[in-house]
Amino acid sequence: MKKINDILMTKDPFEEILMGNEAVVRAMVETGTRVIASYPGSPTPEIAAAILSIPEDRRPFYFEFSVNEKVATEVAFGAALNGNLSCAFFKSVGLNVALDSFVQLSLMTITGGMVVVVGDDPGANSSQNEQDNRNVYQMARVAVLEPASPQEAYEYYKHAAALAKKEQTVVVLRLTTHVCHARQKIRFGARSKPVPYQTGFSRANGPYIALTTMALDMKRNAIQKLRRAGQYIQQTGLNREISSQNSRGKGIITSGLTFLSILDVLEVSLYRPDILKLGAVNPLDEERVLAFLKAHDEVLVLEELDDILELRVKALAYDHGLKTKLTGKTRDEDFVGEYTPDKTREKLAAVWPDLVIPSPALPALSLAVPPRPAQMCPGCGHRSAFFAIKKALEKEDVTVADIGCHTLGYMPPYEMGEILLCMGSSAGMASGLSLFNHQKRVVAFLGDSTFFHAGLPGLINTIFNRHNITLILMENGTTAMTGHQDHAGSVIPVENLLKGLGVESILSCDTYNQSKLTELVRTSLAVKGISVVIARHPCMLKFTRQKRKQPGFVQTHVDIDQDICTQTRDCVERFGCPTFTRKPDGTVFTHPDLCIGDGSCRQTCPEKAIVFGKEAK
Amino acid sequence: MKSFNIYIIGVGGQGIGLLSQALLRGIDHAGIPALAVDTHGLAQRGGIVVSQIRCGDRVHSPLIMSHSADLVLGMEVHEVARGASLALKKGGTLVFPDVSWQPLPVRLGRSPEITAEEVIQACTVLGAVSIKLELGTLPDARMQNMALLGSVSKNALIPGVSKQHYEAALDDLLSGDLLKKNRAVFDGFAA
Ligand SMILES: Cc1ncc(C[n+]2csc(CCOP(=O)(O)OP(=O)(O)O)c2C)c(N)n1
Repeated sequence: MKKINDILMTKDPFEEILMGNEAVVRAMVETGTRVIASYPGSPTPEIAAAILSIPEDRRPFYFEFSVNEKVATEVAFGAALNGNLSCAFFKSVGLNVALDSFVQLSLMTITGGMVVVVGDDPGANSSQNEQDNRNVYQMARVAVLEPASPQEAYEYYKHAAALAKKEQTVVVLRLTTHVCHARQKIRFGARSKPVPYQTGFSRANGPYIALTTMALDMKRNAIQKLRRAGQYIQQTGLNREISSQNSRGKGIITSGLTFLSILDVLEVSLYRPDILKLGAVNPLDEERVLAFLKAHDEVLVLEELDDILELRVKALAYDHGLKTKLTGKTRDEDFVGEYTPDKTREKLAAVWPDLVIPSPALPALSLAVPPRPAQMCPGCGHRSAFFAIKKALEKEDVTVADIGCHTLGYMPPYEMGEILLCMGSSAGMASGLSLFNHQKRVVAFLGDSTFFHAGLPGLINTIFNRHNITLILMENGTTAMTGHQDHAGSVIPVENLLKGLGVESILSCDTYNQSKLTELVRTSLAVKGISVVIARHPCMLKFTRQKRKQPGFVQTHVDIDQDICTQTRDCVERFGCPTFTRKPDGTVFTHPDLCIGDGSCRQTCPEKAIVFGKEAK
Repeated sequence: MKSFNIYIIGVGGQGIGLLSQALLRGIDHAGIPALAVDTHGLAQRGGIVVSQIRCGDRVHSPLIMSHSADLVLGMEVHEVARGASLALKKGGTLVFPDVSWQPLPVRLGRSPEITAEEVIQACTVLGAVSIKLELGTLPDARMQNMALLGSVSKNALIPGVSKQHYEAALDDLLSGDLLKKNRAVFDGFAA
């Protein structure tokens, strides 16, 4: 078996099939990146998983899950001021959290160099939006490299690290979901010997205090650094042209995975426009773009999400009085979703109808396939919690969601958690909703990882301003949604923290004790001001995986005793564990592949028809 | 080589990741260039998981265009129906075990359950070849993926890739007892 940690730590050059996220870790090893910090979030958690596969004593760098993305950025920055090449990585919306610190970085002399890897999520595959973070990088004055494939993700990280070190600055590696998660065979280089950790911070390397007039001088410096980054980008050939014999005077400017979509469409096109593939999306290589514009009659800027490149290319053409016909986004849909090969083909056909060979329409299959929304797992403690909490609420009460597995409570059959913004926002929103609200009670949900990540300020505000809400802390002991990363709750018990904050009404129980939880929520709702219920149960996906690894493990399950069952269907329609399967005649069974035998469903059956299977006896 | 596209679909927890990696590595062992990508937003939460593999000298993006999959592998009946509707090309092949993990609307009684026969029937308009697998009893439901891999091998569904290549792929990916058990299921369906 080829173990991922051995692959990542290989000494000499080699070839291997890896995922984009894993390839980035190899680049970290090769470049001598010394300090890495992250907060989990798709599409980047496999970077952390690959790092953690290397046993700590063999790991050629320090790694931590920080409490949130802002802190991760600060930790990596601090370590880089000591002279260590450092990296922070996180998901798209993580940059919103990190932003206050992030925008300062280009003002600083980061002696060790720093790379920030941000995983954008076009198509919002696993995010609350599909924001295009390229909007931010111009404001932050950072150079941004954007790979199209795992091979390039590896190569571009190395470029980002080299540039960051050379200019003592921060460089962003912009990944997108299907670059992170693509797999291909990659040629890797040799691993460098780890250099010792540095502790050489000196304020003489600064200035590091961007106040009053200093802020402006530091900005001037940042502008120059970015210009020099542009020179590095030119010299290294990160922007390249793919020319064709048969372009008919047409050209396309693009970057990232969209580039590969274009290549696929052009495999079967009637002619082939030339392509300028930008490996660096900030700063824009103006010379290169100008030459490309001048060499073509018509140029299409084809970019996913926002029109960042398009507007700059158009401005450039205007400044130089070019007559090249420029096209970019023309319809609202051009701003929406991933530029898959399908979407790219459609766009290219709209711009140049003679380019793309229309494919014959296929007959649609006569199958109405029901949607499959994500679900809480079998045995999930959050399900028991929602089932129990619903009983304590009135129809008109307002429930506010937060981000995590428990967000799924908004779906039927629970339908709780009616509003969602972003991580840690529930207590603040609930406080606003509670103002002047004497008829409806307001309940906020919050996960334990999120509590530490961004939930605390909202909660403290609730206490400080004496808002009247009930907060339900969904404590499962892990960051479940993103793959079970450890969080601060393993060191700082949430209950201690709540007591320290002066919350007087703190009630808690295991969510499998459903009737008790209903009671606690009722009690809590009667309290004026802040009241907290800790709804506790370990993440059963994590727990079951651990249990399965133990010797002598026997998988248990529950059955429905068909002699007792009177088809109230509480199990399948109100408790809603995915294990319950409904036959066309209305009878209900448990699914042997899905049931984990936790038995949390048994108390939901008024007829007591759910019984443990024979293995449990 | 002409490009060949494989669309794999199922539900989180069914072992699509391992199946996809075994296929990708098998294709690589056969010396054929290949790319793959997983889409698994909220996969662990019982959502849909898709993995796509593209092989040949002239493939660029790992994402398959609609109705361009030569082979659709489904781990579950509703998902194979979804996969076939989105991805299956004319004259393509469909392989799936007769396994149903009902989606929420079915469990809530708001939508009828789709059967294997309905899928096979519907795909005849595309002239598709459908292979339905009878799984019998497996040591572990999470090894259903090996039954599919075995069937792909037995029916030589990926041009140029044969049993020894898949075996080498499994050797890359698994070890010890897990390798032995998975190999046993694979061998059973590959024979
Ligand atoms: C700013 C930001 N960072 C990361 C994420 C990704 N993310 C989604 S849910 C989640 C974890 C939630 O963990 P917890 O609050 O403990 O709830 P659980 O999933 O365990 O129920 C994370 C990190 C995000 N959506 N936003």
